[in-house]
Order: sequence, then C-alpha cells, then structure tokens
Amino acid sequence: MAAGGFDLRYVAHLARIDLSPAEEQAIGAQLASILAYFDKLNELDVTHVEPTAHAVPRTNVTRPDEVSPSLPHDEALRNAPAQANGLFMAPKIVE
Amino acid sequence: MSPGPLHRLTLTALTERLARREVSAREALEACLDQIERVDGRLHAFLSCDLADARAQADAADLALASGGAPSHRPLLGVPIALKDIIAVRNQPLTCGSRILANFVSPFDATVTEKLRAAGAVLLGRLNLDEFAMGSSTENSAFGVTRNPWDLERVAGGSSGGAAAAVAAAAVPGAFGSDTGGSIRQPAAFCGVVGLKPSYGRVSRYGLVAFASSLDQIGPIARSVRDCALLLETVSGADPRDSTSLPEPVPRYAAALEGGLRGLKIGLAKEFMIGGLDPAVNQAVRAAVAQLEKLGAEVLEVSLPHTDYAVATYYIIATAEASANLARFDGIRYGLRVDGADPLELYCKTRGAGFGAEVKRRIILGTYALSSGYYDAYYLRAQKVRTLIRQDFLRAFELVDAIVTPATPAPAFKVGEQANDPLRMYLSDITTISCNLAGICGLSVPCGFTPASASQPRLPVGLQLLGKPFGEQTILRIGHAYEQATPWHDETPPLVSQ
Repeated sequence: MAAGGFDLRYVAHLARIDLSPAEEQAIGAQLASILAYFDKLNELDVTHVEPTAHAVPRTNVTRPDEVSPSLPHDEALRNAPAQANGLFMAPKIVE
Repeated sequence: MSPGPLHRLTLTALTERLARREVSAREALEACLDQIERVDGRLHAFLSCDLADARAQADAADLALASGGAPSHRPLLGVPIALKDIIAVRNQPLTCGSRILANFVSPFDATVTEKLRAAGAVLLGRLNLDEFAMGSSTENSAFGVTRNPWDLERVAGGSSGGAAAAVAAAAVPGAFGSDTGGSIRQPAAFCGVVGLKPSYGRVSRYGLVAFASSLDQIGPIARSVRDCALLLETVSGADPRDSTSLPEPVPRYAAALEGGLRGLKIGLAKEFMIGGLDPAVNQAVRAAVAQLEKLGAEVLEVSLPHTDYAVATYYIIATAEASANLARFDGIRYGLRVDGADPLELYCKTRGAGFGAEVKRRIILGTYALSSGYYDAYYLRAQKVRTLIRQDFLRAFELVDAIVTPATPAPAFKVGEQANDPLRMYLSDITTISCNLAGICGLSVPCGFTPASASQPRLPVGLQLLGKPFGEQTILRIGHAYEQATPWHDETPPLVSQ
C-alpha cells in the first residue's frame, strides 16, 4: 500500500477523514499509481525556477477599513447542525 | 411568425424578442420549464428548481419590461439563466453535489448572482456537477450522473455537466459553470455548445464555493459565441470581496465580435496534436484550422514544450489547494454532522460520511503533497513546473494572438467507462488544464461531429481557442467568425428535435 513514504492511514488522519476498510484498499491502490505518475516531474531540472503561486500579478490587496453590513446573526446560524442561545453547539473541547 | 419554439432561441435572439415585447419573460420561462419537464427525467441536468421563485422573478421582469422595455443597463431583462450548484444564490440550495451540503441553504448571493439579478436575468434551477467540481463526468455527483443529450448512454462531461447538458437540450438559453481544469470547456465540447473560461481575475469568485483557489474561474455556457460574450460582459469586473479579481476595464465583448480574422495570427500547438488523439477529433480540428486560414487568419505552428507535465502539475496543485479549502467542512458551523465523543472523532466521522470517493481521494492526495517532508518534493516542485508552463504560453503569445487546440482528446465517453480508473480520467484533462495553470482564457466552440457508426451515434467535437491573459475579446472574435462560417452550432441533439 505504501508508495515511497506514503502511509494512507496516517495521511487520512491528518486530513480528518474516516475510511472504511474497502475504501482504504481501493484508494490505497489508486493513490499509489497516481503518485508514481507524479514522479514524472522529477525529469525536469527546476533548480533556478521561481515557483508560481497564482497567475495574477498582484500582491497585498487591501481595502479601506470601513464598517459595512455583514451576515445577520440568525442567517449565520441558519445552517448550523446544532445551536443554542445564538451559538454553535460543539462537543466539549477542554475538561 | 414565430422563428421556431421559444426555448430553442439563442439568448441574444430571446433578448431582442423580449425587448420588442413579442414575448413575455413569463412565456420564455414557461417554455424552459416545459422543456425541463420534457427532457430532464432522462438527462438529470438539474438538481432542483424553485418554480415559484422563478415565476415571481419572471413576473417582476415583465412589469419592468411593460414600464419602458429593457434599459441598456439591464441587457438580460427576462432571460432565464441557470447556475451550477456551487455558485451561491440567496435562499436557494447550495449542495455542490455533495452529501455534506445536502441540506445547505445559501444565506447570500454570489457576486455573479448579484450582477445577473441587476442585469434582469431570471435565475432558474440548480445545475448538477461533480462533487465540489472535482471530476470530468458528473459521475462524482452524490445525486446521480448527468447524461449527454446527444447519447443518453454517455456522460455530459464535467464538472459543469449539468450546465452544458441543460444548454444543449434547450432547457435554458444560458448557464454559468466554474472551470478549475476544464470544467466549463470539456462539458461544452461533449455537449456541442459554447463554453468560456475567463482569464484568472476577470470574474469575481465571491460566492463560488472554493475548490482550488489559484485556478478556479466562473464562466458562461451558451449556444452561440455572441451569447457567451454578452454573459461574460455582464459578470466581469473587479470586486472588493475577491482580492484576485483585477481592475481591468470590461470591454463590451458582444459589440466587438465583428471584424473578421484578417491580420490575426493563430498558433497550432503541436504538442496537443499528437498521440492518443481520437482520429475524428484530429480530423475535425484540422478542418477547423483550414477554415480559420480561409477566413483570413495566418496559422503557424507553435510549441508548448512542457505540456506533457501539465497533468501531474495540476493534480498536485489542485489537490493541495482543495485539501486546505475543504478543511472548512468540519460539521461544526454548517452542513452534515455525525456526532463523536470528542471534536476529532466528530470531524473524522462527518467527513468520512459526507464526502464521496473522489473528494476523499483528492483531499488525501493534497494533504500528502503538503505534509512535512513531502512539500518540497511535490507541491513546491509543481509550483516551479507551473512557472515553466506559464512561460511556454507567454512566449507563444509573443508570436501569435491566439492558440488553437482540440478541446478534448476524444468525444464523450460512456457512463461508467472510466469511473474506476481515476488516473485515466485525470489524463483525459490534458487539453484543458494548462490554461488554468497559466491563468489565461479559453473558449470551446463546436467544430464538427464524429461519424455515426453501429456502436455510437454522431457525437460533438469541440475546438479550443486559448487567448492571452485578458485576451477574451480576441478568442471571442475568432470563435464568432468560425461559428458564422460553419453549420455546427445549428445542430440540435435528437432529444431536442424529437
């Protein structure tokens, strides 16, 4: 299942995704062949090439710091799976 | 009197008849709704359709039309437009084709939605897609595949398959999709309609659920180049809510289509014309190139030497960005929640149950590409190869005004044919993904059909025109001249003419 240093269970845990045993098997095999294909990029010498993060020649875009309307409280809570007293409900995080 | 059924008019023809008050917005809408009723049981282009809301919008448009016709700032007054279900419309579902958002209702409008409303459009229905726009066939939708109007055994393409199928089947005159690696152009080619991916920064993505933020763009799908030009000028422009949208002037694209091709130089990208190309696609594209020459363009061969590395580069960058963007679906603030003993268990269970196989695959791949010890080998290297790919295009555009390629290596494939082989599916994106990596614009226009045989009916073939950053005007002009000289855009799928 491992391609290079690829440990599917560990990476799925980092990604916070539970996988069923059947998914582990299918995805493991598929990712092994995809990762092998990615090795194609090693054919190129990129020593003196600058990375491109995005294609727009713009950095540090700011807007005036002015107060403007935002999503009303009840609208922001509208899709919450659980809520109470105008707050999102979540499992206990600290003891 | 009537030039064919209402639902089959191009968007431009419909706007003219609405402005002259020969038809009402309500009649135009009902014609679309009737067509959806007639064909969508077989196609499944729509995920949902709020009839009452669409009718209320159409009636409001009719009131506006009655009190003085369509003013110039409302060019789409009364025109039905459908959106891919990943573009936010206030009080409408926003499922992204995912179980994790199955019950999500958008509390706000995307900027594109706001602009369409301001232009008078009647927003109608939510269009099917691959889950979170990840896929090339809509087979990854959690709510079922969209079928191709030319052959119901085949896919409509993806990820904007619902949008392309709906437009091809004359269910709406125009639609908007999103394109991260070909998701507008490939389904447009598979379904025989026109699709445009604008340059990165041309259209605001505020309200587009993010897949890969350095690649995503929203763009139109319609039945003519002129219709796409009109839709593009309606939604383009800088938006303070999307810092990647650029303050470039927005030309009147639809008014600048004439002028012909004399004096234009078009490059035929040699790396796109070899190996693995379907013979019928090869033939149709070469015939289209000959047609462009006949129309006065000078065609010369250009080279994009790093094309062969684009698929690997794309699938590292896109999955890395997706893994970060989709971290927001944690079951806390919105969407599906599967309870767990602690937050960690809740996240893992929620995401395990809420995401489909392809989305899981991509998040895991992207997480790996960004993880400690592998970042340099995968993500950083891919970003460097992206520079080389972008430079290829910028160099080619010093020699030519536009580049021509096949929109897809082959016509629409059968449902299920590639579904279990993700790598094969990724490799079929080779013709469209460089455009997103380079941030340039791309247009897919119908350029012919494969011959009918015992095993398959005739299927549409698409020609791709690639333009410089913010060079939409040039590719639209070329596409329009080609369209005017060829009969392909007049063909309708058997499903529609029956």
